[in-house]
Amino acid sequence: MMLGKTAGGLFWMFRYIERAENIARLLEAGWHIALTRGSDGSNEWESILTTAGMNVAYQEKFDEVTAQNVINFMLRDRENPSSVMSAITTARNNARTVRTSLSSEVWEAVNECWMEMKDTLARPVTERSMHDILTQIRFRTSVVRGALHGTMLRNDIFAFSRLGTMIERVDNTARILDVKYYVLLPSAAYVGTSIDNTQWEIILRSVSAERSYSWLHGAETSAASIANFVLLDARMPRSLAFGTKRIGTYLRDLEEDYGVRHDCHAMAETLCRKVEKRSIESVFDEGLHEFLSSFISDTAKLAGQIEKDFRFYG
Amino acid sequence: MFDEMLAAADQPRQPYADYFDWFSQEDLKLLRKKSTEAESFFRRIGITFNVYGQAEADERLIPFDIVPRIIAANEWRKLEKGIEQRVRAINAFLHDIYHRQEIIRAGRIPKEIIAGNEAFLPEMVGVNPPGGVYTHIVGTDLVRTGPDEFYVLEDNARTPSGVSYMLENRETMLQMFPELFTKLNVRPVSAYPTLLHRALAESAPQNSPNPKPVVAVLTPGIHNSAYFEHSFLADQMGAELVESGDLSVEDGRVVMRTTQGFTPIDVLYRRVDDAFLDPLVFNPESMLGVAGIMDVYRAGNITIANAPGTGIADDKALYSYMPDIVEFYTGEKAILKNVPTWRCSEADSLKYVLEHLPELVVKEVHGSGGYGMLVGPAASKKEIAAFEKKLRAKPSNYIAQPTLSLSTVPILTKAGLAPRHVDLRPFVLVSPKRVDITPGGLTRVALKKGSLVVNSSQGGGTKDTWVLGD
Repeated sequence: MMLGKTAGGLFWMFRYIERAENIARLLEAGWHIALTRGSDGSNEWESILTTAGMNVAYQEKFDEVTAQNVINFMLRDRENPSSVMSAITTARNNARTVRTSLSSEVWEAVNECWMEMKDTLARPVTERSMHDILTQIRFRTSVVRGALHGTMLRNDIFAFSRLGTMIERVDNTARILDVKYYVLLPSAAYVGTSIDNTQWEIILRSVSAERSYSWLHGAETSAASIANFVLLDARMPRSLAFGTKRIGTYLRDLEEDYGVRHDCHAMAETLCRKVEKRSIESVFDEGLHEFLSSFISDTAKLAGQIEKDFRFYG
Repeated sequence: MFDEMLAAADQPRQPYADYFDWFSQEDLKLLRKKSTEAESFFRRIGITFNVYGQAEADERLIPFDIVPRIIAANEWRKLEKGIEQRVRAINAFLHDIYHRQEIIRAGRIPKEIIAGNEAFLPEMVGVNPPGGVYTHIVGTDLVRTGPDEFYVLEDNARTPSGVSYMLENRETMLQMFPELFTKLNVRPVSAYPTLLHRALAESAPQNSPNPKPVVAVLTPGIHNSAYFEHSFLADQMGAELVESGDLSVEDGRVVMRTTQGFTPIDVLYRRVDDAFLDPLVFNPESMLGVAGIMDVYRAGNITIANAPGTGIADDKALYSYMPDIVEFYTGEKAILKNVPTWRCSEADSLKYVLEHLPELVVKEVHGSGGYGMLVGPAASKKEIAAFEKKLRAKPSNYIAQPTLSLSTVPILTKAGLAPRHVDLRPFVLVSPKRVDITPGGLTRVALKKGSLVVNSSQGGGTKDTWVLGD
């Protein structure tokens, strides 16, 4: 038996941990491009803000898009509810609420993550400290996830935690692609140009998949094969296919455990079918942008239905 | 002044003999280092308390001192007997005061003390708590002034806190100094959460629809100063930690909202004050309680621990009558001493108190946490004058006691051991079947030299408390 509030707390705790990690990944990709591609980087920072859904909030605060401002806004601005510091603080507050459901390892991992990041991000981030900070974020959030996998029972607590992670993750991956969908279109005029390669690289880096992609595909890069990899390859842990498959699994576990089938179960199955055993050509036929927009909105609806079906709120 | 460790310099008293031996061979610098480690350990675990009125980020640690407070087996046996007697008397008193009020009829306590008292809840008159227990959890505050002199300072019959420190302090000491526990026969305290769960479950209503009693801990939420303790106890007991928003009343039962629907609760260990328990009956503004829970309670369908209205038993205006109360209900003389108390509501007493303010401790009748009290010997003339004004304005709001020469136990300072004043809060569990007293408790210590105020909100710290086995 589990309180609805607890299920919600677990779900959001792990969504926010995943969010912090994704923001760090995005910044890392942006940072890498800025370093290697010289001065044409400001557009890239803008698109990174868009991907993170922070464009509007950023523009309210700053007139100009500069690397320094974007980095600090995304990493440590407390007024930005999705900054890494805000996300980790929210995750830790949720963890305090659901502490009785967590193993002491998981609690200590998230508490230490918060204590360390609070300390690190107390001062403005400089270019020199950037690399270490991003590494630290990835390391600390990985410890939380590792503690979950290594020490928690595989029951409803685990299912709600993982659902939060996976919903956040597929949403993030879909957003990254949607901001850059135009460079993945086979019809794009500048296929093969150097701009294009940069954009592809950024996509792969933001999902930490540049190495795994080249393991699988060698030097043979094409828009279709990258789109296929990030959308439909179920071996890739940040792909839509991987994430939706897991969402389906955890919801089925809950169905079995509780002996009740809810509306969210059918919705998750529909979402799975959108990316399961599907060819990238048929996605292009549907229209990549249309496909991604409807995937993002379906994921949000699914998350809302899960909240409702399992009584997260009164 | 009585120091519990040392009879004279380098001459430890018997319970401390082995510890003192060990300590003399330790390197002071290393011990100081260990002491710093203990602090980072507490922070990582998150044993912090929030200070009211401070930003969310300010989670404070209660300072922990690594020198244990040690109590001999025979000393403890006597305390145990005295505490059990007192707690049984308090439960008998509460039942009586909310039913026939024999003690008033017998003229042993004045009627006015109940009639005009905010801690007395008219809503509890005639109510029978399931199992007949009023105070499931008690934290009796004791102070010591000599080898055989223990006094009860307060009975804490509402919602005593601090038990998580007792448990975590021990856990920390076990990790830091495992060798000491093989040397000394220290009685364990770790069974407390299990015993708490048993005491609560044994007090559950008999007519529950659940196969096993469902116990939940009600917390005001993560911003409450004792939130850590609430979640800690729920976790250790395997009980749900609930907030107002999780609860409602359905079909005459208090239920909690779960991922699979609504589950009835049998026992609610509430860490919320009476006034906030039920907005329909008490404070209508309360967002911390459950609307309708008092109806469920009166119908006998839920156990509330502690029962509403137990505050009348630890009211300071009543404190001076405790020896009579113990005798009235148990037929025995009180084993534990009461501190002599002047009731400022009585003209003669008030006169005496006003004449002797610089020597006395004056407390608010309804106060707690060390707020709003005057410690005469430590106060300036100005402070005393200001207090006198308040006292004259509303004498019935105050009681006065002699300034006790509290015992000291050394703490570890840069210069080595240094004596500091301490008190002791053992934790008592009551069910219809038994009274359990955990051997140990929370020792609070005034870290400032010479200070008598041990409250954590006023700069106090804690120590692990060792009761030795035979």
